[in-house]
Amino acid sequence: MPAIEILGLEKTYLVGFWRKRPKCALHPLHLQVEDGEIFGFLGPNGAGKTTTLKLLMGLVFPTSGSARILGKEWTDPEVKAQIGFLPEQPYFYDHLTAHELLNYYAQLSGVPPKERSRRVDRTLQRVGLKDVHGVQLRKFSKGMLQRAGIAQAILHEPRLVFFDEPMSGLDPIGRREVRDLMEQLKQEGKTVFFSTHILSDAEALCDRVAIIHKGELRGVGAIADLTSSVQGKVEIVWHSTQVPASMKALGADCHITGDTVRAIIDENQQDAAIDALRRERLRLIALTPVRTSLEAYFVEKLQRAETSAGRTV
Amino acid sequence: MRARVAHIASNTFREAVRDRVLYNLIAFAVLLSGAAILVGQISVDIEKLVVINLGLTAVSLFGIVIAIFIGIGLVSKEIEKRTLYTVLSRPVRRWEFIVGKFFGLAGTLVVNTFFMAIGVFAALFYVSHKFVRADGLILVALYFIVLEFLIICSLALLFSSFSSPLLSAVFAFSLFVIGSFAEDLRGFAGMAHGITRWLVTGAAYLVPNFSAFNIVSSIAHEQPVAAQLILHNTLYALFYAAMALSGAVLIFENRNLK
Amino acid sequence: MNRRKTSWVAAACLLCSLLASAILLRHSDKIRPQSTLREVLYINSPQFLKRASLGYSGLLADIYWTRAVQYFGSRHHDEAKSYDLLAPLLELTTQLDPHLIVAYEFGASFLAPPAPSGAGQPDRAIQLMEYGIKNNRDDWKLYYDLGFVYYMNLKDYPKAADAFERGSMIPNAHPFMRVLAAQMAQHAGEFDTARMLWSATYQNSQDKQIRTNAVEHLRALRVDETVTQLQQAVTRFGGRTGRLPASMSELVTAEGLPRVPVDPDGHPYKLTAEGRVEVRVPDDFPFATKGLPPGYTPIPKFHYQEQ
Repeated sequence: MPAIEILGLEKTYLVGFWRKRPKCALHPLHLQVEDGEIFGFLGPNGAGKTTTLKLLMGLVFPTSGSARILGKEWTDPEVKAQIGFLPEQPYFYDHLTAHELLNYYAQLSGVPPKERSRRVDRTLQRVGLKDVHGVQLRKFSKGMLQRAGIAQAILHEPRLVFFDEPMSGLDPIGRREVRDLMEQLKQEGKTVFFSTHILSDAEALCDRVAIIHKGELRGVGAIADLTSSVQGKVEIVWHSTQVPASMKALGADCHITGDTVRAIIDENQQDAAIDALRRERLRLIALTPVRTSLEAYFVEKLQRAETSAGRTV
Repeated sequence: MRARVAHIASNTFREAVRDRVLYNLIAFAVLLSGAAILVGQISVDIEKLVVINLGLTAVSLFGIVIAIFIGIGLVSKEIEKRTLYTVLSRPVRRWEFIVGKFFGLAGTLVVNTFFMAIGVFAALFYVSHKFVRADGLILVALYFIVLEFLIICSLALLFSSFSSPLLSAVFAFSLFVIGSFAEDLRGFAGMAHGITRWLVTGAAYLVPNFSAFNIVSSIAHEQPVAAQLILHNTLYALFYAAMALSGAVLIFENRNLK
Repeated sequence: MNRRKTSWVAAACLLCSLLASAILLRHSDKIRPQSTLREVLYINSPQFLKRASLGYSGLLADIYWTRAVQYFGSRHHDEAKSYDLLAPLLELTTQLDPHLIVAYEFGASFLAPPAPSGAGQPDRAIQLMEYGIKNNRDDWKLYYDLGFVYYMNLKDYPKAADAFERGSMIPNAHPFMRVLAAQMAQHAGEFDTARMLWSATYQNSQDKQIRTNAVEHLRALRVDETVTQLQQAVTRFGGRTGRLPASMSELVTAEGLPRVPVDPDGHPYKLTAEGRVEVRVPDDFPFATKGLPPGYTPIPKFHYQEQ
């Protein structure tokens, strides 16, 4: 059973002083997220990522369409007990401490009273907020607030978590920690659906991604598939300070960096290249297929949409 | 369901208290003690009257201000600060949120009034040096004031569910003023004709009617209060608050939280 | 409970509560009649109220004025016997806004006359007028009101003359002030003077209740005057013929009148067997003092409807 099935969710706002002009924030979206995967929802700012999340959370009502979360209608309140949500740039009750905040959320999530204290402590430890007893949330740094936000999302051991821009505002160490946490969640069998505009994070984490732009879905698939080698080229790296003649003969495009040379050659030339290096007794460092980066795929998808005839948003 | 409402209520209460709302009690205490001491020295045979009038009026006004200023932010602040999103991502119904907020705010005001009541009686003892049976009427007046608070809280929450804090404050305060003269409004409606009459009559029944709750001057003169009036006011406050809260729920349930 | 169901429940609850609160309000009017008005008795210090109203004393005066008018109007309609709150309400109104002239006029018309037409407090009415004069020295109408009360209710013709005299010296005073001052001196108790005063009151006021009251008095005056004349004719007839006229027509023919006289409503006066001249419908002339059946007590209700 897919964890999330989005069945044509659409959202059009009426803007303007008399609320007459329609503005489409999300065109009818069809998307499926499988159980136990980390799914990345990518798009530039204003693409409709947050709108989609808010629709799924029931914060905003769709113009049409529906969704199923964990097999149930997305409006079913029982679903909420099994999901966690981290909104973008969360902010919390100023005057509570982290413990009180999480305790409050645990109460609202229906965690039994006996369990609450233990869960809260464990979750805080997990997100790296162990020593914050008695400190009110208004004194938290941005990174700490983000961790608190993640804590409240996973506190009640949900099967599915939604993160909206989880890395925003974090320093590299923080981002690494969040990435590790998300990996851990996957190990525990949970499904993670997160939105971001930072592609490197998606590349590192996601099993599958979807790309959305101006409210429309531009592409869905596993990263490997999306960035599979379309050019049929390989990159060969070897230890040397100069390019041997045999390599030059292959018509390779070579770059020398310190004592390493990188060259791009055709796939069918790779055997010849390896032979050439062996003859010259040069040490092969790496031989990797050239993949389109996710970024290139991303940009290409966006550009194609821009120039596509008849497509107006 | 009830547990969630109770949790939201106690969280609201805690937020208000930590937000130093109870510091208003200090200002109140200063005002009342100053007045009591001043009046005790002037001694023009109306010390008790002044203490009761001033004390109860201060309780009422301070409370209305608190009710409005906290109430207007109850929903809009949560939306603005996005705390609401994480709450609603849990199995919390939107209406539970509204009702919980109401009880939290009402509870804050009741606690606040309780401390103020102690202050009033302390000031009264200072100027009169004893209590008489008629002083029990002060408790009735305080009870009516608390009922007024319930109505104002529900209205502040209603406006907060769809309007910005500033506008909500203006609306709530306007309704408080109009509500104080609602009886006159009904009288005006009786004298008007045609469609104006219907509109004004409708308005006069929609605004909160506080006339029956203002017994401060009469109890200061030790006029008794009919038990029927107590029952009537209690019922009216409950129904009116229910009306405003239903409106808040209706709006909030159908609102897109952008 | 999904969103739609919750919305319906909330809407139903809203309507029910609205109805319940409206019903309760109507009920409350019964259990605390005029309590808000009664509060006026507890305002010991109008000056304090004025300050407490933070500069909005004009608005507050308007509210109290409206309450005074409604108070009197509703009690009058219910044929009440006393109006004990009228004086405090008018006094408070004028304390809050001393320039609200219509309040003084109202006091002159309705504070001074005896119950049940008024509050029966002519002294307080005098006080109110004097207060008004003190605060509005250039308004001749207040002198008129003062003189009116002295004349109508206290029958103190010298003081009335004095008031009209003082008023006539105000620039822009109506010429009849001088005339009234003179009339007081010579023809104080006569019909013409009274008619003049009530006409003046009618002309100078915009307030509906004051005007209606004045018209009722004018109608009553006509009746009194006509009945007096007719009664004198009956006496003359008796002196000539030694008996009472058999009917009004006989009297009319004997006096040489063109037709049977009619009252202001157009009904002919009738002649009883005992030789009394009476109006046909006494209830229509609550202020008439003549032409009423013996033992009749008038109901002080406005019958005349001004168009």
